[in-house]
Amino acid sequence: MQDSTKAPIGNRQAHAWRTFNAGRWETAIDVRDFIVRNATSYEGDESFLVGPSVRTRAVWDKLQPYFQQERKKGVLDVDAATPSTMLAHAAGWIDRDNEVIVGLQTDKPFRRAIFPNGGLRMVESGLKAAGFAADPAVHQAFTHYRKTHNDGVFDAYTPEIMKCRRSGIITGLPDAYGRGRIIGDYRRVALYGVDKLLSAKREERAQVDGMWPTDEVIRVREELAEQIRALGDFVKMGERYSCDLARPAESAREAVQWTYLAYLGAIKEANGAAMSIGRISTFLDIFIERDLREGALQEEGAQELIDQLVQKLRIVRFLRTPEYDALFSGDPYWATECIGGMDLDGRPLVTRTSYRMLHTLTNLGPAPEPNITVLWSRHLPEPFKRYCIKTSRETSSLQYENDDLMRPHWGDDYGIACCVSAMRLGKQMQFFGARVNLAKALLYAINGGRDEMSGDQIAPPTAPVTADVLDYDEVFAKFDATMEWLARTYVHAMNCIHYMHDKYFYERLEMALHDRDILRTMAFGIAGLSVATDSLSAIRHAKVHVIRDDTGLAVDYRIEGTFPTYGNADPDVDDIAADLVSRFMAKLRKHQTYRNATHTQSVLTITSNVVYGAHTGNTPDGRRKGEPFAPGANPMHGRDNHGWLASCLSVARLPYADAQDGISYTVTISPNLAQRDGEGGIGNAVKAFDTYFGQGGFHMNLNVLSPETLKDAMEHPEKYPQLTIRVSGYAVNFVRLTREQQLDVIRRTFHRNY
Amino acid sequence: MGEVGSRYDLRGDRSPDAPDTGSFAGTESQVGWIHSYETGSTVDGPGVRVVLFMAGCLLRCLYCHNPDTWHLKDGTRIELGRAVRRLANFAPALRSMGGGLTISGGEPLVQTAFTHGLFAAAKRMGLHTALDTSGFLGARASDDYLTNVDLVLLDIKSGDPETYRRATGAELEPTLHFARRLAALGKPVWVRFVLVPGLTDDPANIEAVAKFVGPMPNVEWVEVLPFHQMGEFKWKALGLDYRLATTPTPTDAQVESALAIFRRAGCRAR
Repeated sequence: MQDSTKAPIGNRQAHAWRTFNAGRWETAIDVRDFIVRNATSYEGDESFLVGPSVRTRAVWDKLQPYFQQERKKGVLDVDAATPSTMLAHAAGWIDRDNEVIVGLQTDKPFRRAIFPNGGLRMVESGLKAAGFAADPAVHQAFTHYRKTHNDGVFDAYTPEIMKCRRSGIITGLPDAYGRGRIIGDYRRVALYGVDKLLSAKREERAQVDGMWPTDEVIRVREELAEQIRALGDFVKMGERYSCDLARPAESAREAVQWTYLAYLGAIKEANGAAMSIGRISTFLDIFIERDLREGALQEEGAQELIDQLVQKLRIVRFLRTPEYDALFSGDPYWATECIGGMDLDGRPLVTRTSYRMLHTLTNLGPAPEPNITVLWSRHLPEPFKRYCIKTSRETSSLQYENDDLMRPHWGDDYGIACCVSAMRLGKQMQFFGARVNLAKALLYAINGGRDEMSGDQIAPPTAPVTADVLDYDEVFAKFDATMEWLARTYVHAMNCIHYMHDKYFYERLEMALHDRDILRTMAFGIAGLSVATDSLSAIRHAKVHVIRDDTGLAVDYRIEGTFPTYGNADPDVDDIAADLVSRFMAKLRKHQTYRNATHTQSVLTITSNVVYGAHTGNTPDGRRKGEPFAPGANPMHGRDNHGWLASCLSVARLPYADAQDGISYTVTISPNLAQRDGEGGIGNAVKAFDTYFGQGGFHMNLNVLSPETLKDAMEHPEKYPQLTIRVSGYAVNFVRLTREQQLDVIRRTFHRNY
Repeated sequence: MGEVGSRYDLRGDRSPDAPDTGSFAGTESQVGWIHSYETGSTVDGPGVRVVLFMAGCLLRCLYCHNPDTWHLKDGTRIELGRAVRRLANFAPALRSMGGGLTISGGEPLVQTAFTHGLFAAAKRMGLHTALDTSGFLGARASDDYLTNVDLVLLDIKSGDPETYRRATGAELEPTLHFARRLAALGKPVWVRFVLVPGLTDDPANIEAVAKFVGPMPNVEWVEVLPFHQMGEFKWKALGLDYRLATTPTPTDAQVESALAIFRRAGCRAR
């Protein structure tokens, strides 16, 4: 833009694409084709990596006081008067002389923005909790002149949905803030430049102009108009940082910068629960390799680009409410980046920049964000596998997902939204839907639809179990009927939410970085799987007596005898868990979704297992009222008592085909054991990963930590500012968890005999 | 030592309430008494393993860290068929990790029929098999039994018969005899030696073991296991007289010097 001698765009494009291998990507928007034709697989080890540059260290030093203050104070600053858009805030810098990659969410680092389009209540209670005043003009605008997503949803909800929400059988619905879990293909900006993306969008629009205006056609036309407008604003946002986003990136620095600005635009426009960046390392590597070849860049400069990108990703902040933090503490935003995986021709998509991305955890220290996700394949190069395990051992900051399992479903250019949700980049999005509490549903089945905590009738009244001892067949039949009702109510709520989200809080920039015609999934979820499973096992294999209060409500259980528990590779009980997953999925599929989205399901809780447990009474497996659930698909604490292998195999048995939104599993092993065997231990760990994933395991959060370290961190948080721990689906800064969540993490099974 | 039937009863099947073990030493029994099992071990043989701890042992080692496995009657009864099915759940994973089944205890050779059946089943599944034994009942392991065992983890607790008696309450010779037999058969062995300060750490005692196994080409490893106090709570919980409460764990230097003795005798030691 500052470039007054701007060459015709065609010439600029030829320059930007110099030396790249030709392919379909040149004539169509097809980043995947570009990657597989141009990526240079790297099969060596980590010895080429270098430390942080002087500039990187300077920027990092500038940020440290913010981190320290934030740990003490919480939210440091909010611009309460300016609803966020790409153009709402002036450009901001941390250390202008040393920032190689630029761009902030607002005009200052750690200054949070507001997103009232999602819901004004959320903004105002977030401000209040952080000690800031709400802005009267914003209040006026979003109560009198502009309706929010949140208002829309509550106009469409039924009394039954409201009851389910209140009782906590359905929790965490994105009905008051941004739904997230949409990944713009941010790489498109770097490869093509906005001008080319605009002309593709105009072409897409021209096609639907010829179609008869059904609801869907009108909606698509309006969305395309919004997308085109967003791309225009995005170019203007780039100008504020002296970046000519209209044209493709011509250097590695520009490729990183353009990609990051596209992500920045997305997080200025939307405050989704999870805002993944996608799968950028190997894409960026192509530009970096070219600069290295051309002599324009050395290794230090290459690492600097990635380090500085990651610095930016580590300071993303959204304003949340205390209730939100109770569910997902530690300010997560899931800037998930995927590395590794194989392409469809069987070549590893591991490049030197995959290593550089991992190496940021060494150069900048461990951290939860970006949520680095290794797409594990049995066929990945051995040195890369080993470096991943080493990095896990030292930082506990990585999660692993099974590329060999996902690739047949999603191809070789998918990213992970949030924690475990795979989606083809630029070709797929999801309607995010939190989760239902299956353990509570089981209690509703026993109690004829009444809530075991409040005694209120939540589900339609049915005959409660009246026998003294629970009969498996009777309970299961009632549970099945309860799940039927719950699935229907759940799909109903989700349709309302996403209809209104599209209407009032449409993610115009993220969707501009998608094809027009995309696969939409509607991602349902279940919590309390291990509690429901063990309860059913107790009812089947032991004698479970019911203890009722004077209103006849079953409030406690007395177990006589023993029963097998989930987490021990025992098909007698693991089959119950697998059946529940498939059974609930089948029930969800019966109900038509908004925009004919494809139903999917996750077994994932993040840290909400604590809140779900707090809102659930005594269960027939012997779990006490209020006690946390196991996270994700994990077995209950201390019940997987035959070692990690048995525990892994139980989780691996859950059917991915009926849980395509992901199955989360967290393993914590003791550091002295992980480190005992040095290189040999790493070899064993590689084999263990190959085996777990080979047996159908989907996800692995690996922590290498001792309970003693965590207890010490609870007492002396100042000693552990960067202590990072993986919880279901993401990583958190341990000292920023609530006390209940910290205790829950410590209580979880630590495997000591690896 | 106490009365017959007490916790110190040296014979696993002589307690008044002990299960009928008449057939255990034969080949007929289709049931076993087990203490527990653990999956994912990387220290009980090559690769990643399932380790089954059998109930019943005739030795009473002062440093035993599983005194709750001494008596058959403390075990859980399990049908061989059920045990085989449980093992099958792990077989693909174990194969892929180059691991297998280790039967430990207690003493696996107390229940030879059951462990024979399980080893045979493991071999049919293509698993590596390891027998973790004191060797005291080695005579019970027929050559046929040993064809299903790929590796013997042989715990030679002492080279000096008097020290052995003091540490275990039993005689050393049956173990030495078994070791010689394994050498003659060419059966791979990892010798284990628990280093207990004040009990087994006399250099002459270590030297005796080293000189005995040094010339045996079938001995692939000698593993020196430092004594630890992790079993103490079990002794207390069982109301047993734990005599090593004040015994320290050996220092790194002590472990190193034990290793050096083995290495000087020509052993691969770790």
